Amino acid sequence: MTTFSVPTLAQMNAAGQAPEVLFWVGCAGSFDDRAKKITKAMAKILHHSGVSFAVLGTEEGCTGDPAKRAGNEFLFQMQAMMNIEVLNGYGVKHIVTTCPHCFNTLKNEYPELGGEYKVEHHSQFLNGLLKEGRLKVEGGQFRGKKITFHDPCYLGRANDEYEAPRALLEKLDVELKEMRRCKQNGLCCGAGGAQMFKEAEKGDAEINHVRADEALETKAEIVVAGCPFCNTMLTDGVKNREKEEEVQVLDLAEMIALAEDL
Amino acid sequence: MQFLPNIIFVALLGGAIFWFSKNVGRIRRNILLGRDVDRSDNASGRRANMLRVAFGQSKMQARPIAGFLHFIIYASFLIINIEVLEIIIDGIFGTHRFFAQFLGGAYDVIISFFEMLAVATIITVVIFWWRRNVGKLDRFHKPEMEGWPFKDANIILYIEVALMFALLNMNAVEENFTSSNHSFIVSHSIAPLWSGLSDSTLHLMERFFWWIHIAGILAFLNYLPFSKHFHIILAFPNTYYANLEAKGRFANNATVTKEVKLMMDPSADPFAAPAPDGPIEKFGAKDAMDLSWVNLLNAYTCTECGRCTSECPANLTGKKLSPRKIMMDTRDRIDEIGKNIEANGEFKDDGKTLLGDYISQEELWACTSCNACVQACPVDIDPLNIIMQLRNFATMEESSAPAELNAMMTNVENNGAPWPFSQMDRANWINE
Repeated sequence: MTTFSVPTLAQMNAAGQAPEVLFWVGCAGSFDDRAKKITKAMAKILHHSGVSFAVLGTEEGCTGDPAKRAGNEFLFQMQAMMNIEVLNGYGVKHIVTTCPHCFNTLKNEYPELGGEYKVEHHSQFLNGLLKEGRLKVEGGQFRGKKITFHDPCYLGRANDEYEAPRALLEKLDVELKEMRRCKQNGLCCGAGGAQMFKEAEKGDAEINHVRADEALETKAEIVVAGCPFCNTMLTDGVKNREKEEEVQVLDLAEMIALAEDL
Repeated sequence: MQFLPNIIFVALLGGAIFWFSKNVGRIRRNILLGRDVDRSDNASGRRANMLRVAFGQSKMQARPIAGFLHFIIYASFLIINIEVLEIIIDGIFGTHRFFAQFLGGAYDVIISFFEMLAVATIITVVIFWWRRNVGKLDRFHKPEMEGWPFKDANIILYIEVALMFALLNMNAVEENFTSSNHSFIVSHSIAPLWSGLSDSTLHLMERFFWWIHIAGILAFLNYLPFSKHFHIILAFPNTYYANLEAKGRFANNATVTKEVKLMMDPSADPFAAPAPDGPIEKFGAKDAMDLSWVNLLNAYTCTECGRCTSECPANLTGKKLSPRKIMMDTRDRIDEIGKNIEANGEFKDDGKTLLGDYISQEELWACTSCNACVQACPVDIDPLNIIMQLRNFATMEESSAPAELNAMMTNVENNGAPWPFSQMDRANWINE
């Protein structure tokens, strides 16, 4: 796919090198066809910015987030301890991930189990690159376009990060139209707490349909998400209204990669 | 006999304080039935949070209209209660307007200010009553609000109005005394209502309103432990002991950590007998006393405003889950356990549990763990924490998680991913 190589930590380690940052891809980013595009976009940005990065590849395992949220503390801690063994074995210090669930778990729930790293959501990491001048973003094809941003629960309320994604969007010169419910009051996409993996309980609507309707209300041409699961849920919600021809659902990383023609 | 009013007053005050302390003690005991968690850290951060959230009402203002109206009643309550101090002194020592002699002309200004607050309270209470009874505000009419919770809310409003009317009329009557040397801004304008009565009738009426006011306050005080209105007290400790960590951080179970470490330790003896001392640890919570004391403090603090439920994505889409109901169920259950203990000397199994008899699996599994309820609560109550502990029990002790979740967990266990893909394919995206 790529004109550059994406090394694994094992390969780098064998060559006696250590990357600046570990790109934690996550299960969705590794296996879900839609989310893989986000992963690739992120890899392109990292490469383009001259960031030395690596992935764990086959040594990466689920952080345990869905197991913990489904009540299985045992399975969560098994996953956590195995991942921590690997991460500590390589001496990992800095992690960036495109999944807010991985981000939250690695950042907040691993330290107590012996895994202490600087963990950033890609919106935060990319902002850092912007500030350091390593990444330059200009509006490109998105200049002046009306977009809306959906706050992922595990980035927003769970970790109080509302500004990093918006700062990135600002660089793209887009017209950001906030939804009625945003930031602290943002409505969940319906996937969190392991809901992604089960049917919803009986009700009178689907959460992702309601949220997608709120996004469509803004008349935005692009609905931007910062989470592969939100992305899936919102895409489905937009399709529910048969608006997929007019309205795109994109990740922050994809927006930047597209704007920079990566 | 001239000391009879003083004696009656002291008896009334003493009795009220006694009954109130007794019932607060009962609630305290119930809260302490919960599992221990350590919230003794970060005292300065906790104080700051309490000052900001409870004293400063910061989270109430997320909804500006309700926030403003609530602030009026809250401020009036705090300030007018200064006058209760004077009433108590007067009652015990048989004095009349004890503070007036020290404050001179300022006294009338201060009481006039209190009277204006009383009027603001009455207006606000009328608006609140309207919102609740006539308005169509959805969150006041959810299933869990039927019956007592709805009545409770109205009783509180009626008592508040009655107290304010007693206060204003007491002052208005007094202005008609021939010996009167006070005049306050609001009661001055209603004083003519009481004019033309003889001085002795006026004195009788003044006493009547005085007694109604103080007896009403003491009755209200004793109503609190049986009412959602108890939040006026518990909001303070509740915000002090609130979780100050990132909301996304769910506590790791230390018992599980021990077991997992043992499992992963190659030198551990697989046949070693488990430590015999102590009871077998239960994972998660099935009943109210399996929860932590902070969860139970949360439950007694809840004033059933329903902001959590009105923000809950599951509830908004017609699912049974209501975070407010989680809190009300927890309180009702621990209250029931408390009564059981009082009746039997110790808890006698009544065949009921929080999970199952109060909170259903259907409610439990509708949660997306989005933290909207936690964010919305004006007094830092955390319904999500209770939901997660109940899920821990359902999954680890009962294996009663929905089948699809069990399938997901099997995948995580076998493939390191929630879907049935091979671990070996994880890096395929690089070359696709």
